Amino acid sequence: MGTSDLGKAYRDKEPIVRQGEAGDCMYVIQQGEVEILQNRDGREVILASLGTGDFFGEMALFEREVRSATVRAKGEARVLTIDKRTLLRRIQEDPSLAFNLLKEMSHRIRRLDKELTEHCTEHH
Amino acid sequence: MASNSGFSSEVGRTLIQLSQESVSNLTLEQGSRVAVIGGGPAGSFFSFFLLKLAETIGIDLEVDILEPRQFSTFSGPAGCNHCGGIVSESLVQMLATEGINIPSTVIQRGIESYVLHMDVGDVRIETPLHEKRIAAVYRGKGPKDIQNSKWSSFDQNTLKMAEDRGAQVRRQLVSDISWESGRPTLSGPKGEIGSYDLLVVASGVNSQLQYVLEQSGCGYIAPERVKTFICEYHLGEEQVALNFGNAMHVFLLDLPHLEFAAVIPKGDYVTLCMLGDEINEELVSSFLNAPEVQACFPPDFDLYQSSCLCFPTINVGGTGQPFGDRLLVIGDSGVTRLYKDGIGAAYKTAKAAATAAVFQGISKEDFKRSFWPACRKIEIDNSIGKFVFAVNKQLQRTKVTRRTMLRMTRMEQTEGGPTQQMSTVLWDIFTGSAPYKEILLRTMKPWFLARLAWNFVMGGLFFDLKNQDTGAMDGHERLGESLPG
Repeated sequence: MGTSDLGKAYRDKEPIVRQGEAGDCMYVIQQGEVEILQNRDGREVILASLGTGDFFGEMALFEREVRSATVRAKGEARVLTIDKRTLLRRIQEDPSLAFNLLKEMSHRIRRLDKELTEHCTEHH
Repeated sequence: MASNSGFSSEVGRTLIQLSQESVSNLTLEQGSRVAVIGGGPAGSFFSFFLLKLAETIGIDLEVDILEPRQFSTFSGPAGCNHCGGIVSESLVQMLATEGINIPSTVIQRGIESYVLHMDVGDVRIETPLHEKRIAAVYRGKGPKDIQNSKWSSFDQNTLKMAEDRGAQVRRQLVSDISWESGRPTLSGPKGEIGSYDLLVVASGVNSQLQYVLEQSGCGYIAPERVKTFICEYHLGEEQVALNFGNAMHVFLLDLPHLEFAAVIPKGDYVTLCMLGDEINEELVSSFLNAPEVQACFPPDFDLYQSSCLCFPTINVGGTGQPFGDRLLVIGDSGVTRLYKDGIGAAYKTAKAAATAAVFQGISKEDFKRSFWPACRKIEIDNSIGKFVFAVNKQLQRTKVTRRTMLRMTRMEQTEGGPTQQMSTVLWDIFTGSAPYKEILLRTMKPWFLARLAWNFVMGGLFFDLKNQDTGAMDGHERLGESLPG
């Protein structure tokens, strides 16, 4: 971490959010990579990797559920926290701010649909 | 039947809605020409969002940004926008949500805390989440004597962002605005620049153009302004880190006409900013001679030997009507936030203006309906801000209240936990991270008032009485941690 950067630095494999914890913010990756994983029956299943400019934890903005997965740094990563309150207040003033979130969430649904279809095809 | 009835009511609602909404006869069409005067953050953000939103509805626009200055070429005033250079916590977050991450080559220093200096002592206040959430930047290349800097200009970065979206930057000075058949026509010293479908003025508050606009008969009135003081000191990267760290240093001193003063650490320099209702050389001198200020700098450092200094003005009054047919005034030359987060206000008004122009129309009525509410909201909050700063000024005036604020903040910082009431109030006032209304409402909560009263008795009044008895009062004691860390 230099002095000319923003956010918080995480070391390799350091968790940023933990599955099952309550959450009230989302995160934007400023530098580096993170991996998203779920604990299933005591086994770690890696769901995805995200890189600079990507965001995660956005479900906590819209639902009052606990975090659905653990996110940890893959190598050294720097991540900026986005407050739920600040963001929702601003979205109320300027709904177009949510476009970027909706666009990314739409991409993720499309990707999940594709993976689900491939999975179903493989098992038939 | 049921479905027919549902359909009829839906059509009815739509017709009522259409009759209520005036349909503008002035709109941006395919190939419309837009002139943006000023390539600072307001002009660049406007151009960026205008082109982005127009693309979503399939319109190609021709956007000219008229900016004679070269932000990254010339150091000192020639490439500078005369500003403290703070990108607020809330703006950093909003830009990141928009997908705009400020590159580290632009960020001179990430700010993670601030240190409050008063004659009664100092206290460090950490960011709520202990991360660097404020960016200290140079709007231009940097101070007059800067050489081979590894950082680049913030304004150049936002201008490049607009250029990458399709805006064309024209290095031309606009010296006259006229209206021909209702369309704005711009001229410069070398003759006519062109005629446009929409004119957006984002030339800032220190430009002569606002008077040209005022005299053009469009109804615009130049905003009320006050003088500020900004100067730069070269310390070198190591010394900046040693003396100031990654903290903004805020001074609450009992000096007449001074609202607020801060030293912002950058890369090799620190920027001193003073805001108030009558900043002059005498007040600057009183401030520089204050022991609380001198204690922050290396011993024997001459505070009168700066690398660059200026007395720019800031907008403190709004403009009344920052729009007209085919006209928008945004950023500092229009409505901006009182004292704080000018770049954040530029982003907000620029985006509101771009949204209105693309989705509603470009007539005066369209802007009144869809752009003005965003400006009005800032203006109303500024009125509350004036009250907040007046209360803060009163608290600065007496030693007992300064001790109360210091004690309450230090206790919160030592205890940690969620009850950081005074700390968050001060943080939001000095960083511009929250609306003034929200800050004021927080100070009215019974728990805040109870803790304030308790600290007033224990830390302020009782301390004064005790020291009057013993004669042991020390004017500049440090109860907390060492500074800076």
